[in-house]
Amino acid sequence: MDAVALSRLQFAVTSMFHFIFVPLTLGLSIMVAWMESRHLRTGDVLYLRMAKFWGKLFLINFALGIVTGITMEFQFGMNWAEYSKYVGDVFGAPLAIEATVAFFLESTFIGLWVFGWEKVSPKVHALSIWLVAIATNLSALWILLANGWMQHPVGYVLRNNRAEMVDFTAVLTNPYGWLKFLHTTLSGYVVAAFFVMGISAWHLLRKSRTGFFKRSFRMAAWFGLASSLLLFIVGDFHAAEVAKTQPAKFAAMESVWQTEKGAPYNLVVIPDVAKERNAVKALRVPGMLSFLAYHDPDATIKGLTEFPKDLRPPVLATFLSFRAMIILGLFFIVLSFAAVIISKKDRLEASPRFLKLMLFALPLPYIAGQLGWVVAEVGRQPWIVYDVLKTSDAVSRTVSPMQVWVSLIGFTLIYGLLAVVDIYLLAKTARKGPEPELSVVGAVQTGQEV
Amino acid sequence: MIFQVIWFILWGVLWAVFFMLDGFDFGAGMLHGFIAKNEAEKRTVLNIIGPVWNGNEVWLITAGGATFAAFPTTYALMFSYLYTALLLLLFSLILRGVAIEFRGKAEGAGWRKGWDVAFFLGSFLPALLLGVAFGNIFAGLPMDAEGYHGSLLTLLNPYGLLTGILFVLLFLVHGALWVALKGTGDLEMRAGKAANGIWYILLPVAAVFLVYTAFATKLYANYMKAPALLALPAIAVFSLLAVKFLSFKGAYLKAFFASCATIVMVTFTGVAGLYPNLIPSNISPAHSLTIFNSSSSVYTLRIMTAVAVVFVPIVILYQIWVYRVFRHKEAAGKETY
Repeated sequence: MDAVALSRLQFAVTSMFHFIFVPLTLGLSIMVAWMESRHLRTGDVLYLRMAKFWGKLFLINFALGIVTGITMEFQFGMNWAEYSKYVGDVFGAPLAIEATVAFFLESTFIGLWVFGWEKVSPKVHALSIWLVAIATNLSALWILLANGWMQHPVGYVLRNNRAEMVDFTAVLTNPYGWLKFLHTTLSGYVVAAFFVMGISAWHLLRKSRTGFFKRSFRMAAWFGLASSLLLFIVGDFHAAEVAKTQPAKFAAMESVWQTEKGAPYNLVVIPDVAKERNAVKALRVPGMLSFLAYHDPDATIKGLTEFPKDLRPPVLATFLSFRAMIILGLFFIVLSFAAVIISKKDRLEASPRFLKLMLFALPLPYIAGQLGWVVAEVGRQPWIVYDVLKTSDAVSRTVSPMQVWVSLIGFTLIYGLLAVVDIYLLAKTARKGPEPELSVVGAVQTGQEV
Repeated sequence: MIFQVIWFILWGVLWAVFFMLDGFDFGAGMLHGFIAKNEAEKRTVLNIIGPVWNGNEVWLITAGGATFAAFPTTYALMFSYLYTALLLLLFSLILRGVAIEFRGKAEGAGWRKGWDVAFFLGSFLPALLLGVAFGNIFAGLPMDAEGYHGSLLTLLNPYGLLTGILFVLLFLVHGALWVALKGTGDLEMRAGKAANGIWYILLPVAAVFLVYTAFATKLYANYMKAPALLALPAIAVFSLLAVKFLSFKGAYLKAFFASCATIVMVTFTGVAGLYPNLIPSNISPAHSLTIFNSSSSVYTLRIMTAVAVVFVPIVILYQIWVYRVFRHKEAAGKETY
């Protein structure tokens, strides 16, 4: 493998690993903050215990999100020096702003939250976890505005042998970036909701601390239903934005080979990449694809054959990832809808099969998120910045394949080890369940009976 | 012109604040195994840096991000030229973060011992590597039109290593003072002793560094042109002496502030000598990366200046506030970490 392939592989490994931890952080921070606020408002100690228990899992996950995030910042310079030189004038700004505006806030107040239970008032303590939740999501906004710019570059001109920013507002209001932000954060909320429901289901199956876990489950069910519904709507707008700005990616996502007016949506498609056509097309809904892409059933969809072969993304990976993500997305709506109904009727303990299903559904939103990134990043190829810079021209010239081999193996080993330790700790903490009521610190401060 | 200079100064400030803040975390991490004699004391050391280390580390992320946004060419070339060194830095920072967070989350002597080693390495290696990196930046890298003619071994030259050792010693004293300030009883006593003892090694190393810099780098050229700059190393030397005077008396808070001043002024001494270079070339001065030939456009620099002017003071304010919340001595052996 050459330095380009190796650097791409390394970026894929490190960013996908980073993105195991990010989505849970995005959603669980909000849920923990909500629990702590509920305790403040109602005085119900159960909420406080919930904030502490889920907060502990949040922290184990958060630690890895932070340390694997530093890798991402370093890699742009280490492996993608030509990229950094060429677009740093535009791309560097949101990254630096992210650190200044969001990352500081998040990292400073997480310390206050963990260590400040007895140092600040309950209100300030709750405020600190809200600041963490806001900062985490704000951090995602800046990162995704940066990524949105790679997908759909705006507000720049090419001069002095590089892309120079001329309109910061355009970068800031790039619809692609905002849709990506909403889509990604909502997917993180779904991850968090299914995480809480899955672990609660495990305990409910064992009839342990049922009061605690029923309430956790119910809160997560509502959060999951709202997020998965919004996720699907935003996803639809996001796909339409892709159709408008990245027609080759959209054609690959749907495996459309020939340009077609009033294109149908085929529920079953098997692409035959070698022959540049689909081997199987079945269950067609007339005009549906045009409608989804342009909200007009007669609109024209550009086929892959319109693009020179070297400007087409890998079709199979893009198409399959997209389809699987959509199916999973629909499944999340169905599951969280059922979860809301069953927990509302207080029938959770009487539905062990459903609880088992929710336990096994825990990893699915993670998988859907990873698939989404495959669509976004593989689907953008051969470009690193769409229509501006090719991935093959972006790699560091002075870094040898040998160096990347060493770092790739190093990352794989260290990250593999971290994954094992992290899963061990999460499982251990999740299984142990919340602290017994009497040891809950902080209850005394609010004057509540324990 | 003016914006490049503003960002050069800000670049120096970000690094200086990072070394000043995370420096004591690195120092505490290196000393952890030596001055904490039992499990309760080990937890105390972790709890002493616990509330703030995360926020301290972000100064590094911001320094990196600022380099990217303000001087993208320097960011790109520095990070790709120093590939293996930065890889080691990354691995050790990952190790440290995970060690701090995970150590207390499970039981077992083997588990804790393993993370103690990781905590030490994850504190020692970044201190050393950052010192080696900055020593080499001060001295210049072998780069010309064809790119970079060095490897990891090139960086391990005597001056680079000396700077690495200087950083390690500075952070050791700094961290010892922080633990002495925040700890109680035997831990406080041992940390105070460590600060006083290590200072005797730091002083001659710092003296050798100041002299060797005249031979290994061109940093002093700017001081010849503008002698007023000599105030920077002068304050550094004065603060370093004050550290000893104050810590000997047991005035750890004042000694810690003197140590902060030392670290900041040592950084400024180097950065002021670099101007207008960010990374000089030691084989072809024309290919030095300067703040002018590697900067972003004035438009971008202006926007980033506005962001920095608004948000950096806010960051400083809430970080000071959090430090104030945790201003008291850490009660021994609590189980937070």
